[in-house]
Amino acid sequence: MSLAELICPAGTPAALRTAVDAGADAVYCGFQDATNARNFPGLNFTPEELEASVAYAHARGAKVLLALNTYPPAGKVDLWRQAADKGAQFGVDAFIVADMGVAEYIARTYPHIRLHLSVQAAASSPEAIRYYCENFGVKRVVLPRILTIPEIREIRKEIPCEIETFIFGNHGLMVEGRCSLTNYLTGQSTNLDGVCSPASDVEYIRHSDGSMSSKLGGFTIDSFGPEEKAGYPTICKGRYTVPHRTDGYYAFEEPISLNLARLLPDLIDAGVHAFKIEGRQRSKSYVRSVVSSFRNAVDDIRAGRTADIANLVALTEGQKQTQGAFATKKWR
Amino acid sequence: MMTKLSLGPITYHWDEDQRRDFYARIADESPIDEVYLGEVICSKRSAFQHAQLPEIIERLERGGKTVILSSLAEVMLKRERKATSDLAELNSPEIEINNAAGLLARGHRPHRIGPFMNAYNEATIGFMATKGATHVCLPAELPGDAVAVAAKAARDLGLGVEVQVFGRASLAVSARCYHARAHGRTKDNCQFVCEEDPDGLPLTTQDGQPILRVNGIQTQSNSYLTLLPEIKALVAAGVSHMRLMPQRVDMVAVAREYRAVLDGTRSPQAAEEALGLLCQGTSFSNGFYYGKAGYRRIAQAARA
Repeated sequence: MSLAELICPAGTPAALRTAVDAGADAVYCGFQDATNARNFPGLNFTPEELEASVAYAHARGAKVLLALNTYPPAGKVDLWRQAADKGAQFGVDAFIVADMGVAEYIARTYPHIRLHLSVQAAASSPEAIRYYCENFGVKRVVLPRILTIPEIREIRKEIPCEIETFIFGNHGLMVEGRCSLTNYLTGQSTNLDGVCSPASDVEYIRHSDGSMSSKLGGFTIDSFGPEEKAGYPTICKGRYTVPHRTDGYYAFEEPISLNLARLLPDLIDAGVHAFKIEGRQRSKSYVRSVVSSFRNAVDDIRAGRTADIANLVALTEGQKQTQGAFATKKWR
Repeated sequence: MMTKLSLGPITYHWDEDQRRDFYARIADESPIDEVYLGEVICSKRSAFQHAQLPEIIERLERGGKTVILSSLAEVMLKRERKATSDLAELNSPEIEINNAAGLLARGHRPHRIGPFMNAYNEATIGFMATKGATHVCLPAELPGDAVAVAAKAARDLGLGVEVQVFGRASLAVSARCYHARAHGRTKDNCQFVCEEDPDGLPLTTQDGQPILRVNGIQTQSNSYLTLLPEIKALVAAGVSHMRLMPQRVDMVAVAREYRAVLDGTRSPQAAEEALGLLCQGTSFSNGFYYGKAGYRRIAQAARA
């Protein structure tokens, strides 16, 4: 059986301490710049904060994984190299990377530090994963959220590295690392700037009939009746029309959360080494309840007990949830 | 060296006759130098293309065009993995790789790097060159200042450099088919409904603003990305190939406008006007190039 490590989000030093105290085996985090894919205002770490946080985690037996998982635009590669240099200096346990140039630099400069392949690299076949293992010595791949469990089981047999899968949180459905929807509407790039549907470009417009529109970059992403709760305007969770469907429909996906709590035993059995909880943008209290609940569930499963799944299912706080691509090919 | 005009792979599901007629005109009448063929978006469509490829390759080569075969952008299923490794075994024509699975299979043998490979910077391009890359197509969202740095680095390594200058930009790909979803189906029982939309399925906001185009698993810009006044700077930066993406318009006429601008026989402004007539009903955009929202069209006056 795999170790089933629990990999938890740390958007701030406080969230990092919370996740470590709640039982995270490892936390992942990033610097306050474009070098990571959650480059949001008020989030992430200064170099001093990261140094102190690594010490805090290591003193309690938890690992720190540094996300350098965006793509440097030509002429700005040094920012990513300097981030890697700092991470190495502070003793992070692994780098999470997507760009080949960044991966090559770290593999050459810090061969003793583990490289994890970010979901942003979109490696969804054994061959693609092996390419990164052979060229950069990648030790773990974070799989895109588009594979079924039988497919994950097959991939496991054909690759020389560990597998990490998302189990909870935002349900990304575009192939990550290949999406420039946000850049198209706002001028800020997910791949280059680490930005997705930025708050600075969001507007909520209340109409005279009480209805509400949520907009991104001036485009209406969704509309809500007076009684409906308005959601955040994420492009791939919006409602649009097509010529044969003039009522707005969720052209890509509903606003829905991924929750694989019920599939945990199957994922462990399929050979998944590590479970990733999404949500570096989430509050401390959210991190505390999600991490401790999953901690208990994973410990139960590892000890051969039946896990208290109901508790995990309740975590989405009334939001709709899905098992996405993991349960059935019909999702596609 | 003269800047070349290339034609990217057809991203849509055009039927056999449409493809045959399209490439016959490209072969006989267009000033295009290099043509990329092959199904890049959906492996379910590949079978239709495959049978017809030898005929189209022959026709294009007879017309003096260089043909390159492009690989799938998304590789996950068995048939996609096999198609990718089969393509990687070809010695001729040249191949363009769009997924790391193809890079593994190709090893150190020469190949081109496609626009889905995320070659955003000089470090990545330098690494790719050590693995046998001979040519790189930069991502459409890369701003002009970064394009200039990337192009110079690639040219210094002896690589060809390509930038998309016409057609809808690819904005996202997914495992899910949004064409099937729009018709209440899934990818496995899609019945090739994407064939109904040879220039993509238009998505419109609920207050009536056109926003995106759905093309199977791909999401594209609603606007045609159009770089014309920018071509001079691209050439100066070392971009060797200007890529036109096939749209449902008179592509021979479009190619002539670009060739004329490259040759200096037509002003970018005159060519833009001509394109406006050729592509009526579709907006143009160049925002990515200026580091602005991609859908925007930055006016000439604001560029200085």
